[in-house]
Amino acid sequence: MSLSSKQKATVKDFFSKMSTRSDDIGAETLSRLVAVYPQTKSYFSHWKDASPGSAPVRKHGITIMGGVYDAVGKIDDLKGGLLSLSELHAFMLRVDPVNFKLLAHCMLVCMSMIFPEEFTPQVHVAVDKFLAQLALALAEKYR
Amino acid sequence: MVEWTAAERRHVEAVWSKIDIDVCGPLALQRCLIVYPWTQRYFGSFGDLSTDAAIVGNPKVAAHGVVALTGLRTALDHMDEIKSTYAALSVLHSEKLHVDPDNFRLLCECLTIVVAGKMGKKMSPEMQAAWQKYLCAVVSALGRQYH
Repeated sequence: MSLSSKQKATVKDFFSKMSTRSDDIGAETLSRLVAVYPQTKSYFSHWKDASPGSAPVRKHGITIMGGVYDAVGKIDDLKGGLLSLSELHAFMLRVDPVNFKLLAHCMLVCMSMIFPEEFTPQVHVAVDKFLAQLALALAEKYR
Repeated sequence: MVEWTAAERRHVEAVWSKIDIDVCGPLALQRCLIVYPWTQRYFGSFGDLSTDAAIVGNPKVAAHGVVALTGLRTALDHMDEIKSTYAALSVLHSEKLHVDPDNFRLLCECLTIVVAGKMGKKMSPEMQAAWQKYLCAVVSALGRQYH
């Protein structure tokens, strides 16, 4: 399910609109991931506090959002552009790829929450496809 | 049986109190048909679904959105017996309608996104967790009578 050029433009446009709130969306996204899917906290056992809204969770959510924004810039070649990030996730972090879907869902919920007018069904499908492609590119080096 | 804390029950009730079924039902089903177009396979008798605009303007889609969301609300009054509450509906979806139960999950994802759009940050992470747990329980019950 690859992105049409119209959908790529939709993704770039929406992320550009979102940029003033990207830190907030990133922080909220990860807070919701650990709240709604508590098993994801297993990857953060080295933090003192992995509860929703905690400082390490918010900070890491912002980091992740930065990565997603970087991927938007590489939307024409996600596999190539995300090679080193994929190696990081495959060999060091070893995050089960099922969690990419869970994170994507929480991100979509936050986008809808913070930009209810702009997050139309058309934007929704384009961003959903983009996040799925991003997840595939991240999992590229897993095996 | 699904165990609910008092806080979870409060959260689920709070979300339902913010939902206008006549508004959110149609929005959720329209979004599902647009975002996951293969779900249109079940609505061959609904007329024109060929464009996003057609889906949004389709009165049968809107009416069915209300039916589906009303059905999802039933569990609110039967939180301690969700499985039995949906047994007949599960048989219907399996044996008469032949709906792949994964579609229940897709509709519920779209519903959560519609509700999140209406509630904004009033839907806290804990509230979202309880809400999704509720939808998960209903989806599971709806899929139980498939053989």
